[in-house]
Amino acid sequence: MKASVLVSAAILVAVAIIAPLAGSSHIELGRAFAGVSPDHEIFFYARLPRVILALLAGSALSVTGVLFQCMLRDPLAEPYTLGVSSGASVGAVIAICLGFRATGLASLAGAALVLLMVLGMAVEGRRLSSFTLLLTGVTMNSMAFAVILFLHNLASFSQSFAISRWLMGGLESVEYSTLAWLAGVVLGTSALVMLWAPQWNLLAVGDDWAASRGVSTVRLTAMGYVTGSVLTGLVTALTGPIGFVGLIVPHALRLKLGADHRVLLPCAFLLGGAFLIVCDTLSRTVIAPTEIPVGVLTALCGGPFFLWLLKSKRRSLWL
Amino acid sequence: MSFVARELGFAYGLHDASFELPPHGLISIAGPNGAGKSTLLGILAGLRSPYRGSCTYDGREMRQWPRRDFARSVAFLPQSVRLEFPFTAEEVVLMGRTPYASGWFQTPEDRAAAEDAMTTTDTLAFRARDFRTLSGGEKQRVILASALTQRPRVLLLDEPATHLDLRHQLSLYRLLRELAKTLLVVAVTHDLNIALQFSDRVMLLADGRIAGDGAPGEVLNPGLIAQVFGVQATMHGRWMTYEG
Repeated sequence: MKASVLVSAAILVAVAIIAPLAGSSHIELGRAFAGVSPDHEIFFYARLPRVILALLAGSALSVTGVLFQCMLRDPLAEPYTLGVSSGASVGAVIAICLGFRATGLASLAGAALVLLMVLGMAVEGRRLSSFTLLLTGVTMNSMAFAVILFLHNLASFSQSFAISRWLMGGLESVEYSTLAWLAGVVLGTSALVMLWAPQWNLLAVGDDWAASRGVSTVRLTAMGYVTGSVLTGLVTALTGPIGFVGLIVPHALRLKLGADHRVLLPCAFLLGGAFLIVCDTLSRTVIAPTEIPVGVLTALCGGPFFLWLLKSKRRSLWL
Repeated sequence: MSFVARELGFAYGLHDASFELPPHGLISIAGPNGAGKSTLLGILAGLRSPYRGSCTYDGREMRQWPRRDFARSVAFLPQSVRLEFPFTAEEVVLMGRTPYASGWFQTPEDRAAAEDAMTTTDTLAFRARDFRTLSGGEKQRVILASALTQRPRVLLLDEPATHLDLRHQLSLYRLLRELAKTLLVVAVTHDLNIALQFSDRVMLLADGRIAGDGAPGEVLNPGLIAQVFGVQATMHGRWMTYEG
């Protein structure tokens, strides 16, 4: 248990050190730290913030994936299942169509609005079922998608290009101040999710199972939805939707480590971050100077690896 | 007395049920589909609310029990557990320790309780296996072990023998019989012969009302069975056969 967390941490540290050194122009770490141009600028202002953003986004999406799959008891659930990221996308698309510069803020507002709407719809009195949550979230997704299609249809050529780019998702260098508050929220929220790991184990079996063993299931489900949505909403506002990470990392880890959330959640945080750093590094180096959208790479790197893992484990699991 | 119910009702499923349950013994709840058996068991387990009338456990109204304290006394076994994720048998068993957990890690006491329960239910041999790969009988024993780690005074079981073959049904009920010497065991069942053979008392439900409550031989008589189930039962000593 401790060993797998330590190995995951070691992998993340190794990846995070190597990634900023890789890129289309060769730089040296010594020159970067000595403040020599252009190594210093490339390292500290182009690559390092992007690696940190990839780390935080990958961690947040993987933790949310584990959380939502467990809460909804649905192996196909992912961070985007419950509607918040669609809200973020609608916010961003509206901002683009109206010519606002602050797409990030607009998408945060969209995410928050959907979060409140889904909670308002799914909570009846003092009851909240994960099934209602799932249906409400999926419906929100469809409605948001319709709004995006409609706006896309009205948009000018350049706006249309901006919308497509946003919906593809991608990592760009952001200010250190933005990274600082993102790191604060992602670390704090993830820690909170991990604190409840023993209760997630019971909820993953069933509501009655958890309730008859002393867990307040309604409160826990609501907290899971809010924390997962905060993680997803924030990350989506900064990167747009990046698919596959939140679906595949949790499953790959379960195949290797089992289902105990006390191991699964910390490892998902560490290796989800590492996975997205690797994908982003490949996306900006493979056919440099052209970048491949990182969502394409998460699917292309993660997919075959996951299929191999599935095949090698399938006999013993009867999947 | 452990449970005391007075004019207990729930939505459309249960009406005016009044009874008292003793601190130990094996009680079977029988009746046709939709008679309110699972609803009644759900109320006793603290999972169905709000109910009408009154239902107390240990002198305290159900809705006033803090969940965690209640779970240290009363364990509920669902009819079946279908897992989407690869928990091992031992992890499933250890989940029963949740009402005693004070932190994030399992204590030596938790492990000892799990070891005990797995010995009682004869499940130690596959403790490290993925729960989903176990047979129906093995799963049922693992779920029972999980309930036993709660160190309960009451076991509530919803159709525990449904997925079991004949031999496993008998060995499960023999184990429940053994446990019922010190615990109150309440089991919903469709098998009237099992109820006849093993229980100290049978509660027969029909249309959400208690149609009969007492010793198995008295309650499960051909007249009442004909009235409740609409089948003709014939007694052969302690066994019965039925034809519709």
